[in-house]
Amino acid sequence: MREPDAIAVVQPGWRRVHLSGLTLVGGSLVLLWVLVALFAPLLAPHDPDSTNLGALLKPPLTPGHLLGTDQLGRDVLSRIIYGTRVDLSMGLIGVMAPFTIGIALGVISGYVGGKLDTLLMRLVDVALAFPFLVLVLAILAVRGPGLGNYYIALAIVAWVPYARMVRAETLVLKRSEFVEAARLLGFSGAYVMRKHVLPNAVTPAAVFVITDIVLTILLGSGLSFFGLGAQPPTAEWGRMIAEGQAFLATAWWISVLPGIALLLLTLGFALLGDGIAKEMRVRT
Amino acid sequence: MRKTRLVLQRLWQMVPVLLAISVVAFLLAQAIPGDPVRLIVGPRASQEVIDTVRDRYGLDEPVFLQYFVYMGNLFQGDWGRSIAFRVPVLELITSRLTPTLCLLGGGLVLSTLVALVLAIVAARRQDGLIDQAIRLFATIGLGMPVFWLGLVLSMLFAVRLGWLPASGFGDTPVDNLRHLLLPWVTITVVMAPILVRNLRATLIERTHADFVLAERSKGMPEGAIFLRHVLPNSLLSNLSLLGVVAVYILGITVVIEPIFAIPGVGQLFLNSIIARDYFVIQGLTLVFALLTMVATLAVDVLTLAVDPRVG
Repeated sequence: MREPDAIAVVQPGWRRVHLSGLTLVGGSLVLLWVLVALFAPLLAPHDPDSTNLGALLKPPLTPGHLLGTDQLGRDVLSRIIYGTRVDLSMGLIGVMAPFTIGIALGVISGYVGGKLDTLLMRLVDVALAFPFLVLVLAILAVRGPGLGNYYIALAIVAWVPYARMVRAETLVLKRSEFVEAARLLGFSGAYVMRKHVLPNAVTPAAVFVITDIVLTILLGSGLSFFGLGAQPPTAEWGRMIAEGQAFLATAWWISVLPGIALLLLTLGFALLGDGIAKEMRVRT
Repeated sequence: MRKTRLVLQRLWQMVPVLLAISVVAFLLAQAIPGDPVRLIVGPRASQEVIDTVRDRYGLDEPVFLQYFVYMGNLFQGDWGRSIAFRVPVLELITSRLTPTLCLLGGGLVLSTLVALVLAIVAARRQDGLIDQAIRLFATIGLGMPVFWLGLVLSMLFAVRLGWLPASGFGDTPVDNLRHLLLPWVTITVVMAPILVRNLRATLIERTHADFVLAERSKGMPEGAIFLRHVLPNSLLSNLSLLGVVAVYILGITVVIEPIFAIPGVGQLFLNSIIARDYFVIQGLTLVFALLTMVATLAVDVLTLAVDPRVG
């Protein structure tokens, strides 16, 4: 939805890329998490999986354990740091197949049209007839738990919004003069789709990827929380929250801190996505 | 009446979707590895029992015939048996439906009311401090892990402060209300942001629309313009979002119900997946799709009823 203050005005060239403060905060958060994931072995004070029966359930700010320890004496800070690798990559890997499949189907469906288009759109209708979470869980029920199967489930159902967005753009582009010209010059349909339609139709989908990363991380950590995603003893935030659940009344930090990490990661992507979405709308 | 015809037409369009839903639910069971009969009767059943069950569900027929047997059984109320609970699936599901519908309905109402207030306040004070705070809340809510929020809220308000029960559904209506309050709040924190973002943007956009300018030039006071033109117009164009949010909440019940131990179909679905109780999963997939359809249809009919441009 376009906001009146975001309607394009003539901007001096040096302000081509105008990012608001919040977008920068979001970008910095994401960058920070990427660095934490990359340098986890250097940053973590302890081995994330090594148990220490001499230091069970130590509260945050205990010397040597900045964020405390869990019921097995594992260092919470180190587990959060290593968990970054799982949760961040979960978001990035999870959106890959849906994005690729979605934009491909969207362009083909919109450009070719006819029966193929009808068929694909009916498929979309069927996918949208179920709550998304229910479909993902049903697929996991058949294939079994685990992050690998989570990615497969996403590939089967999460392409729908991408396909819809790209198809809508394609339908408009199909009637534009430059696509017509390319077709008249005798280029094949596949070439026109790849070189002319897709690059112009992909923008909304590319912006949506960032929001989708948030949803993918939230759902993936949620599945892990219920034992259907990352398997123990993997240091994953959703699993950490689940493992600390029994100690919520006495040792809140085991569950609460990974949740805050999760929130700060998704917030980073959400702010970044918001800013970029706004920016793209100004341009187009 | 044109409206009645439009509603009927909309219902008629649902038929192919219904069929497709049933095919998906049917294929779900087909995709399960292993012999389905063994799943139903367990590993120690006699050959005689195995044959009876195989015959009853048409499992030695070709796949497309099996589908018709499945549909036949479905319409006769035979949705299979739960392996974990040892009761018919349909009976199990209907006994769990009330808590989920209460959770969904209340969550939707509370989310909408909160979103309405926040969006109006934010739009009236565009770019002010309150607006920015509301927008920040909307962004945080979007990234909020709902299972974690539920845990934290129940720790704070149920375990620590003891104001509300931490789990269950309760027996009397008042008790139900007390049990559902925290789950409703949890839903609202994650759902209201979606509504706030869209409604706020529309409200601001409409404030600058031509028809508003016309009213203003006629000398209509700002407050009246907002109440009589901007607000109804913006609400109408966001009505379809209500269906999207309802479906989203329906999905989230699978997460919320286990956290608060609410004995609804969401919790049943999650437990069945963990326990691999396939007939329950199949039946519930169907029920969730039906509820999705009802929610979408309800919003469509509502739009038809209130939109002055139709009919």
